[in-house]
Amino acid sequence: MTQTASEIASILIWGFAATAALSGVMFGAQRMGYSRLSIPFLIGTIFTGDRSAAHALGLVVYLLGGWLFAFVYYFIFASIGRAGWDLGLLIGAVHGAVLLVMLLPLLPYVHPRMASEYEGPIRGRRLQPPGFLALNYGYRTPLTTIVAHALYGLILGAMVSLT
Amino acid sequence: MDAPGDFPDVGDYAVIGNCRTAALVSNRGSVEWMCVPTFSDASIFGAILDREAGHFRVAPAGETRVTRAYIEGTNVLATTFESDHGAIRLTDCLVLPDERKPQLYAQHELLRRVECVSGEMEVEVSFAPRYDYGRKAARYAPRGKLGWQCVGCSFGAMLSSDIALAEDREHARLTGKARLKQGETRWLSFAYDEDEASVVAPLGEEADERLKSTVAWWKGWCAQCRYDGPYRNEVLRSALVLKLLNCATSGAVLAAPTTSLPEVAGGPRNWDYRYCWIRDSALVLHAFLRLGCLQEAEGFLEWLLHATRLTWQRFQVMYDLYGEVKLDERELSHLSGYRGAKPVRIGNAAHDQLQLDIYGELMATVSRYVQSGGTLDPVELGMLAGVGRHVMKLWHLPDQGIWETRRPPRMHTFSKAMCWVALDRLGRIAEKFDMPIERERIAADCDAIRAEIEEKGFDEELGSYVAYYGGKETDAALLLLARYGYREPGHPRMEGTYRYIAKVLCDNGLIHRYRDDTGFDGFAAPENAFAPCNFWAAEYLANAGHYDEAKKLFERLCGFANDVGLFAEEIGTRTGKPVGNFPQAFTHVSLISAATALFQHKTA
Repeated sequence: MTQTASEIASILIWGFAATAALSGVMFGAQRMGYSRLSIPFLIGTIFTGDRSAAHALGLVVYLLGGWLFAFVYYFIFASIGRAGWDLGLLIGAVHGAVLLVMLLPLLPYVHPRMASEYEGPIRGRRLQPPGFLALNYGYRTPLTTIVAHALYGLILGAMVSLT
Repeated sequence: MDAPGDFPDVGDYAVIGNCRTAALVSNRGSVEWMCVPTFSDASIFGAILDREAGHFRVAPAGETRVTRAYIEGTNVLATTFESDHGAIRLTDCLVLPDERKPQLYAQHELLRRVECVSGEMEVEVSFAPRYDYGRKAARYAPRGKLGWQCVGCSFGAMLSSDIALAEDREHARLTGKARLKQGETRWLSFAYDEDEASVVAPLGEEADERLKSTVAWWKGWCAQCRYDGPYRNEVLRSALVLKLLNCATSGAVLAAPTTSLPEVAGGPRNWDYRYCWIRDSALVLHAFLRLGCLQEAEGFLEWLLHATRLTWQRFQVMYDLYGEVKLDERELSHLSGYRGAKPVRIGNAAHDQLQLDIYGELMATVSRYVQSGGTLDPVELGMLAGVGRHVMKLWHLPDQGIWETRRPPRMHTFSKAMCWVALDRLGRIAEKFDMPIERERIAADCDAIRAEIEEKGFDEELGSYVAYYGGKETDAALLLLARYGYREPGHPRMEGTYRYIAKVLCDNGLIHRYRDDTGFDGFAAPENAFAPCNFWAAEYLANAGHYDEAKKLFERLCGFANDVGLFAEEIGTRTGKPVGNFPQAFTHVSLISAATALFQHKTA
């Protein structure tokens, strides 16, 4: 196996592990009543209004996204010229913060099934928007989201430094 | 708000539901009981058990005359408030989505439509959810045109309305008022989502579509019921109650959607009925089969197979909706109880009692299912054979009996007879299918049980079967011996039993399940007439050929339903009003059995 193929294989394996850990924290937070933010559900409902299908489809897209982001993290480590669990944790925390501050608040403008507080629910657009820091989905949502993404970064950072 | 202690009568409530949870709506327009996310979880509106435990009221200001009715063939409730100034109609439902439309729907949506049908009236709204059985008051955050979000809870709860609402912080509620003129309509939608983003559906025309789809769903289900006999309205109302209590996600059937509505004013017989009793469920499924609803029977058998895996081959008396076996009883001391009836209990300590009759009721239902054309796969046949072997081991043991007595076990005659029924029906099923069980042993045990009952469970002096071996007390459940084919209804021993029950247990024309002054069930407190027993008496009379007497009794009993045709567990002996957990599947299933018996004998 060439070095590049070996690196890709490790990114895929550890990217999956990191995504699984991230999902575990997010699902755990949901089940324990800490947060109602389900990124797979929000992704799935972009494609379908059927709740069950949205869960399944969203999860697949989410896992693929987790792999894709593993490559992004790898290139960030490469461009900085160093990697480690602590750097990974920092990048992951920033990733989570960007998601909360910039990406989720934009959802009502791009998500075809998300309502907005300005227009109210209309036919087909019924999902409650996340709001600032996704606080509409529970006041612990910022914490659980940042912790989950920091864990994702930590795993990838540790992996790259070891391999 | 209502004054503390100002509880409506139990019969002043009506039930709405979506086969996942249910809500009780009072004739004051107030939702005072609703548990989320399922029937058996914590209440979010619990004013029926404590006036401070949460409500959602929509009603006109001032004194009004109230009439209520379900939209025909549905569990959608319409309450009309009339005054000298006009009339307001409030229509309530828990939305059942149109499954043909791939739309996002809230997990539960309590939809309320307010229409001014004449004149001009002011309507007032008070929305005061309380989480976790009233332990925690809600706080609210405005969400622009999406309405109000309840915060401080782990789930998503949104109230949207086209009536302007404002927060009343002192009472931790949202309030609003609107003056409506004839023809004007307003909507209120309470959406609940357990652990995902809330789904807030539009009001106006779209809400009207959801209401119509809910009405259509119930009417569609009702149209499947094949019953063209007398008392059709009463039978269909009962069937609708049973369907509402049939959990769509598991197939389990709840005994009742409430807990701790007392069997007698002040308590202490206050039990949690939000579970699936094997006995009640079997009887409900028997009723569904009589009405031609095979799908519900199949759903229940699937649930049974799944739910009983943890206790196999023993059946627990009750399980939760998803087959959970630990239903430890706890008291909610922070709640006042309905009209002060303490304690309020959740969970049910009777779950691990030995009650032998459940095997008979279950096997009779399966046998009926097979007679109706249902089939059993090898796994189900193996399960039934295991149950049969278990009954052969247990039938000679004392038990707590059908009434779940909280005293040392006794040799209850009815329990023994139901063991006979279990083995008798198993023998019939074994004749039809290849089962891993010895048929000769079944027949021998049936004979042994019958011989023992005839010797020890019948009192020659009284000319009647008795409640337990060697006793003189009676038990209204013995009326069912004829229904299950243990004895012909016209047999002198059955006729004697009926006469003795009528003589000893009848008070003010209503039959009690047992004498409440002898400590039969372990309590000394008096109780009211147990409604199902009275329908059993009507059924017995019909089966015994006393048609006119049966008809008269049945019609009298139907008069004890509340204004929308619902029965509780008991009927007030002095007041004639519904008492106890409400509405009660056991009573409604008994009504259906009595009506079908009357129909069969009229036809015959």
